[in-house]
Amino acid sequence: MALFNLTINGKKQQVDVGPSTPMLWVLRDHLNLVGTKYGCGIAACGACTIHLEGTATRSCQLPVSAAEGKNITSIEGLSENGDHPVQQAWLEHDVPQCGYCQAGQIMSASALLEANPNPSDAEIENAMDGNICRCGTYTRIKAAIKTAAQVK
Amino acid sequence: MTLVKTTFDRRSFLKATALSGGGMMLGFSWMSSCQPALEQETGLTMPDEWFDINSYLKIGNNGVVSIFSPNPEFGQNVKTSMPMIVADELDIDWKNVVVEQAAYSPEQFPGAPFGQFTGGSRGIMSKWQPLRVAGASAKHMLKQAAAQTWQVPVEEITTEAGVLHHEISGKSAGYGEMASAAAQISVPEEVELKEPKDFKIIGHSKKNVEGKNIVTGKPMFGVDYQKEGMLIAMVVMPPAFGMTLKSIENAEEVRSMPGIKDVFPIKTYQDDYKQGYFDTNAFPELVAVVGNSTWETMKAKKAIKAEWEPIKSSDNVINRFGTDINVHTPAGLENTSDHNTQMRALMAKPGKIARRDGDPEGAFKKAAKIIERSYSAPYLAHNCMEPMNFFADVKGDKAHMAGPLQGPGLIEPTLAARLDIPEESIEIEMTRMGGGFGRRAYSHHMVEAALISQKVNAPVKLMYTREDDMTNGIYRPTYTATYRAALDENNNLLAFHVKAGGVPESPLFANRFPAGAIDNYLAEEFSIDSNITIGAFRAPRSNFMAGAEQSFLDELSEEMGKDPIEFRLELLKRAGDDPVGQTNDYDAARYAGVLELVRKNSSWGQTTSDSHRGVAAYFCHNTYAAHVLDLKIVNGKPLVQKVTCALDCGIVVNPDAATNMAEGAIVDGIGNALYGELTFKDGVPQKNNFHQYRMIRMSEAPRDIEVHFVQNEIDPTGMGEPPFPPIFGALANALYRATGRRHYSQPFIGEGISLG
Repeated sequence: MALFNLTINGKKQQVDVGPSTPMLWVLRDHLNLVGTKYGCGIAACGACTIHLEGTATRSCQLPVSAAEGKNITSIEGLSENGDHPVQQAWLEHDVPQCGYCQAGQIMSASALLEANPNPSDAEIENAMDGNICRCGTYTRIKAAIKTAAQVK
Repeated sequence: MTLVKTTFDRRSFLKATALSGGGMMLGFSWMSSCQPALEQETGLTMPDEWFDINSYLKIGNNGVVSIFSPNPEFGQNVKTSMPMIVADELDIDWKNVVVEQAAYSPEQFPGAPFGQFTGGSRGIMSKWQPLRVAGASAKHMLKQAAAQTWQVPVEEITTEAGVLHHEISGKSAGYGEMASAAAQISVPEEVELKEPKDFKIIGHSKKNVEGKNIVTGKPMFGVDYQKEGMLIAMVVMPPAFGMTLKSIENAEEVRSMPGIKDVFPIKTYQDDYKQGYFDTNAFPELVAVVGNSTWETMKAKKAIKAEWEPIKSSDNVINRFGTDINVHTPAGLENTSDHNTQMRALMAKPGKIARRDGDPEGAFKKAAKIIERSYSAPYLAHNCMEPMNFFADVKGDKAHMAGPLQGPGLIEPTLAARLDIPEESIEIEMTRMGGGFGRRAYSHHMVEAALISQKVNAPVKLMYTREDDMTNGIYRPTYTATYRAALDENNNLLAFHVKAGGVPESPLFANRFPAGAIDNYLAEEFSIDSNITIGAFRAPRSNFMAGAEQSFLDELSEEMGKDPIEFRLELLKRAGDDPVGQTNDYDAARYAGVLELVRKNSSWGQTTSDSHRGVAAYFCHNTYAAHVLDLKIVNGKPLVQKVTCALDCGIVVNPDAATNMAEGAIVDGIGNALYGELTFKDGVPQKNNFHQYRMIRMSEAPRDIEVHFVQNEIDPTGMGEPPFPPIFGALANALYRATGRRHYSQPFIGEGISLG
């Protein structure tokens, strides 16, 4: 165990965990930020996507030791009141079914739009193909991303 | 207006506050635990006082209505659509409604074990009347209360959007003002229900009531459950089907790992326990690891060394809701290649005859031409995005359980038997499920969690890893079907023969279309015993048969020189006008209705230059579905351009949500048809995570999906399953038109192999 100083959603936090502990479990077990989801543990499904210095990152493969000193944003910190344009677009299109993957989808989508405010269909697919939606809401996710792109 | 009896047992309308358990005592509910947050979320001011009217609703003194959604939610959106039904009959403005998930309570929501069951596309269908009666009864009680207060005849009182009016005296009052008095009124023996034309909420799309919570990452799933002092538990299971635990070899060593509390074996069912139909469980003996945190426990789980031994073959009697059925479980380590050999061998022999009309054997002898085609599909894993998990806090003779499950009524008796405590001592909270697809109808992991909590004497959350989830499955079985058609020299259809089988169950539905449309018809089936556990998977059996049957009908129509839709409509006309046989499980007119609607909306018959179309239709779970699928081959890969879907599920409660369900079913079906596959080698599932198990991704999903509903006033039926099975057929038929090659074996695309 060791102490790690983290910046999560703009807030300084200290956790006492083993250095190999993935950020996914630091967030969920130690900081009570459970919006970031476990889906596969091998970066193959995207449910655990967070922003590391603004880049979409699979938190299940990010050891806490590699996150120290970097800015981390989880779904809880994407916006103050849940009104990020991507979140609003998700509500407008009533995207979710079960909802489990959607935090990861939203984090991937918001990172995409930050880097590329007006993505093409192919660019959207390229950025989102790492996020599985088992319920199959892909057409709505894509439509919501396009709506959010118009807002931004 | 329709007058109906309030069929509830009086007990179900007991004042909820008088109950020791049930919906009112949810600790996890974001609503009851966090009123200020709710106010912020909904913009509604919460009342100072709630008045319990019946099991389904309570009314606040300020007119806000809280409606309990009785059934568990796994994405089919019942948590929105069920309260919509109550609210419409209650005559309340939807914006004054808040929704809570009810806990499991067979007293408040009778009909166990299926009273609060999500599955079989039964939710809306089975709750349609009870939900309406609950709303209408409450409205009646409010009117009675107003009539008594104002000293006027109740018949003169009208309601609109949460307000009671008495036109003659000019009096009016909000529901909140009358709620206290209404709570004292006895439940009416019969109530009037609205005519469909008077619905104000039903049939008008409402947003998912959990939308904001989902997009902001609020805790709501089983994996999110927390309780003071809670430990994390994981299990280690045998490496293969056909194996069981012999001993743990390094329990002491693992116990001394950082953050680890205990390591011990658990036995989910006692030896003399008579299993229920949903107690399916491949590995009833497991190693449990308990620790402080998920990561520490996960590491300890990997360090466990155990000795495993082969299972012995067994013959068990299973209680299928009061009927005993015999199940033989063979010993041995099974292989997909052996399953396929066994299925081929049985396909070559006569099967068990499930239906025979006319003289099929004679007709085949007379045939000028016989078309015969065989279809097959592999095992499928459910792969819910939220892996299996459950929270348990067992203390003495009380058990507090919380987690994702489709059928609390199915597993509560199992747990009661295992802990040897009465069912009344078990409280089950139903968390939102991160997918279900049938897998969470089987909740052995809930019993496992309870046993672990009991042993360590602490609240625990049992978490399956993705690998556990995929390799300890209750899978969609592997199936095969051979279809034969006899044609005369003028290409008239003389006879039809289907023989279907699988491991360990047959997928056949003997009385479904085209049974009833053909004079000479034969249906046979077979099954092969196995120790690989199987169970319900979105539209069980239909999810294979629809694709096979609809592919065969497509090939047959081509052979007969007929348009594929016209051919099906001809058969349906025969089945409607002059049905063959007594028992045909479909309404030919409604079946034809969806084909006609999809034909119209897809502009069927108009050729597109670079796109290839396939059509399929199917009836299952009481709803009719038809799809037209257009695809292109791009760089050797099929790309679905558009799916046009037509559905007849009667009244559509929440149209946009129903559309979402159909879109999802279409994407899911295309994914499973193209890529879905689980094989076994020496009992070991050959895929254990998403790097191996290919799931459909956004770039592979259809570019466009258009969903149309037949407009009628028939009581609503299910939406979760029916649009799923026929998409397999529509895809196969479009692939044929695109490639010139028929696809008989799923998955249509193997890993890394493109079409060519």
